[in-house]
Amino acid sequence: MPGTEPPPGASPASTGTRPDAEAPALAVEGVGHRFGAARVLEDVSFAIYPGEFAVLLGLNGAGKTTMFSLVTRFYDNREGRIAIFGLDVRDNPSRALARIGVVFQQPAIDLDLSVIQNLRYHASLHGMDRRTARLRIESELARLGMLERAHEKVRQLSGGLRRRVEIARALVHEPRLLLLDEPTVGLDIESRQAIVSHVRALCDERGMAVLWATHLIDEVTPDDQVIVLHRGKVRAFGGCAEVVRDAGAANVGEAFARLTEGTRP
Amino acid sequence: MTPAQYLRCLEGIAWREALRFLHQRERFVAALVRPLVWLFIFAAGFRSVLGVSIIPPYETYVLYEVYITPGLIGMIQLFNGMQSSLAMVYDREMGSMKTLLVSPLPRWYLLVCKLLAGVLVSVFQVYAFLLIALLWEIEMPPVGYLAVLPALLLSGLMLGALGMLLSSAVRQLENFAGVMNFVIFPMFFASSTLYPLWKMKESSVLLYNICAFNPFTHAVELIRFALYGQLNVYSLVYVLGSTALFLGLAIYGYNPSKGLITRKAGAPA
Repeated sequence: MPGTEPPPGASPASTGTRPDAEAPALAVEGVGHRFGAARVLEDVSFAIYPGEFAVLLGLNGAGKTTMFSLVTRFYDNREGRIAIFGLDVRDNPSRALARIGVVFQQPAIDLDLSVIQNLRYHASLHGMDRRTARLRIESELARLGMLERAHEKVRQLSGGLRRRVEIARALVHEPRLLLLDEPTVGLDIESRQAIVSHVRALCDERGMAVLWATHLIDEVTPDDQVIVLHRGKVRAFGGCAEVVRDAGAANVGEAFARLTEGTRP
Repeated sequence: MTPAQYLRCLEGIAWREALRFLHQRERFVAALVRPLVWLFIFAAGFRSVLGVSIIPPYETYVLYEVYITPGLIGMIQLFNGMQSSLAMVYDREMGSMKTLLVSPLPRWYLLVCKLLAGVLVSVFQVYAFLLIALLWEIEMPPVGYLAVLPALLLSGLMLGALGMLLSSAVRQLENFAGVMNFVIFPMFFASSTLYPLWKMKESSVLLYNICAFNPFTHAVELIRFALYGQLNVYSLVYVLGSTALFLGLAIYGYNPSKGLITRKAGAPA
């Protein structure tokens, strides 16, 4: 796709401005979306910087998945602007998508293919040559302790392991922004913890930006950025402590309850 | 994105389609049994009832089995095209369509790759059918077996694009069953598959016009002529035009800013 990359530091996000001139990994500015007459997102703004773990916290139906669909261009964003490392997803969809890794809410993996076949397919969708793809796939699988299961069919794996495969897949092309839409839904506590700690480690070690959508309060840690989304609107955005303080709450659970109460339909 | 990356993507999509095809042996058997039933039972029964006079590309009287063979090849591709699109609706419901669409390559290119992969599978099915037909002594001139390949690629593309267009417009799998009934059967029967068009004209001019308008008729005629090493230029142009139209609309349907997927509310969560 033709397009020119803006110079570094150009068009910074209007929200969450930082002292450094670094472009945010993901900048969402005034984004809205509707399905027919139903408004599902309204004036949503937030920004995530490299190395940050941001939790998009919202109840079911808050608009989290729609937000993901807009960032990944499954839907077109008609209101507002979404930029990945300064690249507008409308003007530069190809280069923007190349920088993103996505784990969808619903498992999206070929059950009848083996782990490695699924990952190879993904690598080819990103135009990776065979050698690079092989090295990347091996390295991601090894990191998740799944190298020895590479040739098993996905159908034979447990829910937690399938999720790991999907995370490995999202990382094969070395994205700098990882989006995960409720990745721990339906998993047991042990698998949940393994996945959360794996992604947190990636964030720390590789300086990746992570957007983690969830409705589970216990997945939030004090160091995280928090975006509270409720009925399509951002109720709070900032560091976890800041959000808790501004809500006048004792902890993030209480803050979330306060920010989302009284506005239920 | 470099040309090599585009090529890798096509290779990957075709490879996945081939793997899936190998895993679904029933699909292959079903794809073969369907036309063979028509050939061995229907055509054998009608052989004495229906006489086909000498019309191009035939240079002599032909048996009814020989006459309907190109149409049955078209049928294989018609079913394959619709099945690929059914798989796309399924993929969309299951989420694997999203996996495809987050690729950084242009969306039109991804859809064309998907289409080509489906066509390759259908071409394989057609040659398997031709081989069995050969054992039944339905023999084409040797050059026909080679000349039919480009015709198959083109007709496969047209029918696959039609299926893709339908998949972009259909919201759920349940609705798709209706589409199969309203698309496959009318397209198949209102064509030159089972009877030559001139014969149709004798019974109803309106029906004749419908058949002549039906792109499937032209796909079948393109295949029929190619099997005898000849080119039916009118059918070629008709099929090319229909392919461009269907493909254009399908790409439009999958375009995030203009297409139909935007309007599919689903469950906004």
